[in-house]
Amino acid sequence: MGMTITEKILAAHAGKDFVEPGELISAKVDLVLGNDITAPLAIKEFRKIGIDKVFDKKRVVLVPDHFTPNKDIKSAEQCKFMREFVREQELEFYYEVGRMGIEHCLLPEEGLVGPGQVIIGADSHTCTYGALGAFSTGVGSTDLAAAMALGETWFKVPESLKFIYYGNLPRWVSGKDLILYTIGKIGVDGALYRAMEFTGPVIEELSMDSRFTMCNMAIEAGGENGIIAPDEKTKQYIEGRMKFPYEFYYSDEDAKYLEVYEIDVTNMELQVAFPHLPENTKPVSEAVNVRIDQAVIGSCTNGRIEDLRIAAEVLKGNKVHPDVRAIIFPGTQKIYMQAMKEGLVEIFIEAGAAVSTPTCGPCLGGHMGILAKGERAIATTNRNFVGRMGHPESEVYLSNPAVAAASAVLGRIAHPDEVIKK
Amino acid sequence: MKFSGKVWKFGDDIDTDLIIPARYLNTSDPEELAKHCMEDADASFYSKVQKGDIIVAGKNFGCGSSREHAPVAIKACGVSCVIAKTFARIFYRNAFNIGLSIFECEEAVEKIDEGDVLEVDASTGIIKNLTKNEEYRATPVPEFMQEIISAGGLINYVKKKVSRNA
Repeated sequence: MGMTITEKILAAHAGKDFVEPGELISAKVDLVLGNDITAPLAIKEFRKIGIDKVFDKKRVVLVPDHFTPNKDIKSAEQCKFMREFVREQELEFYYEVGRMGIEHCLLPEEGLVGPGQVIIGADSHTCTYGALGAFSTGVGSTDLAAAMALGETWFKVPESLKFIYYGNLPRWVSGKDLILYTIGKIGVDGALYRAMEFTGPVIEELSMDSRFTMCNMAIEAGGENGIIAPDEKTKQYIEGRMKFPYEFYYSDEDAKYLEVYEIDVTNMELQVAFPHLPENTKPVSEAVNVRIDQAVIGSCTNGRIEDLRIAAEVLKGNKVHPDVRAIIFPGTQKIYMQAMKEGLVEIFIEAGAAVSTPTCGPCLGGHMGILAKGERAIATTNRNFVGRMGHPESEVYLSNPAVAAASAVLGRIAHPDEVIKK
Repeated sequence: MKFSGKVWKFGDDIDTDLIIPARYLNTSDPEELAKHCMEDADASFYSKVQKGDIIVAGKNFGCGSSREHAPVAIKACGVSCVIAKTFARIFYRNAFNIGLSIFECEEAVEKIDEGDVLEVDASTGIIKNLTKNEEYRATPVPEFMQEIISAGGLINYVKKKVSRNA
């Protein structure tokens, strides 16, 4: 019987020729990741195990990105605690403020993650790296601690769901719209414990940046991982970057799927997820009366260069609405630099937007753009839960960067064609 | 082990931001986290909850973030166990790893009301509703998770593994 790409990667890392869904395996991990919120707890747990050193100082990567640049004294203490561990363990890949980025933009960019690898991270959006053809998933701090010690972790091999996207991709429709549409279709637990395999001619057309966006939000459907088989675009992306060995895996023709979804994108409208769940998706045409106070463009979901280019295309020659705060977060320092070179940052500032150093900040209601009671934001981020960006009585609407930028200009949720200067 | 306590009932898709909002994640101190447990779902939860009480919720409990602070906060505010129709994957792992008992039981969630008093037998998964005089049976805990529980959490399990290999 054939295997899916997810099953093949897991089998290889468990030292087996074959695995099947439901099987409990112990798998070697290629890389483990933590951040300034989850790593401190993991380090405390790691200390209890009673071994001195992490399994491999090259393969434990810690990134201070959530409450950084340190938002308050407690956050500063957490970062300091993590930094001291990095020094003590002589971890090779650590990215300090000024050199860092949002972890899920940074790790692929730095070539720390790649095809065929197994990666776990104490951050739910670790599933992002599936875009490279890796098995990658989020875990908690104690799982991270155990993997830091052992270099392995346990998995129950997930059943796979196959999503086939076909048709002609309309203008402005991006990976973000495809994944929001998909979550709207199957629900926030529609892929619970399962692998989401994204395939089809539309996926082949998508840029790597859009693929990262799709896999990033697999968790918002409850998925264990999102995954896209590597192709020429993947190979181009990783060329010259990779710091560790990698391997290409592909699903067999006769691989078994629990369910296959076929999605025609030809008439797909831009998608907006209404509060307070990512599954509450509607076409943008049904959202255009919603007034906003803030527009956030960035995050591990949509903070890559393609996202910034799209935002700039919409904002060029326009002004942010007087009642709106627009805040733009490049995903990494390199993306920031690239945006400067291309003149995007100038467009943003001319338009009246704030441009920030990379941070997860507002996405999780940490800092750098918190909402007051009754305020409403459109954001290119990944979650619109109650209180996600601030006050429990504030609201977040999710969209792609073009919609968020157009909304910033009009002060209400808008289609990019409403504001674009030809 | 048996748990008994009064029920606090919540709906579907209770996410980790509701369980412990990110604004409190600048600490990992369980006592501090406990003070804000369920705050954005029920602002008075911490002042009402008694030691031993039980959270009962719908499907996909603990969806969203990987923050282990969520089960830590629940455990630290005195809640003895959580019963839900289903749990989100990362929350499920985290709960076992830190020693918070959780049970999946659709029937129980349908029939139990807020304020009911339950008695839960962790070894058999039998949930007794003392208020309604009913009994429900939770989905059996997978064998491997049982091993983690009997080791006293994942870290103790790993400790044993490491010392065996040494």
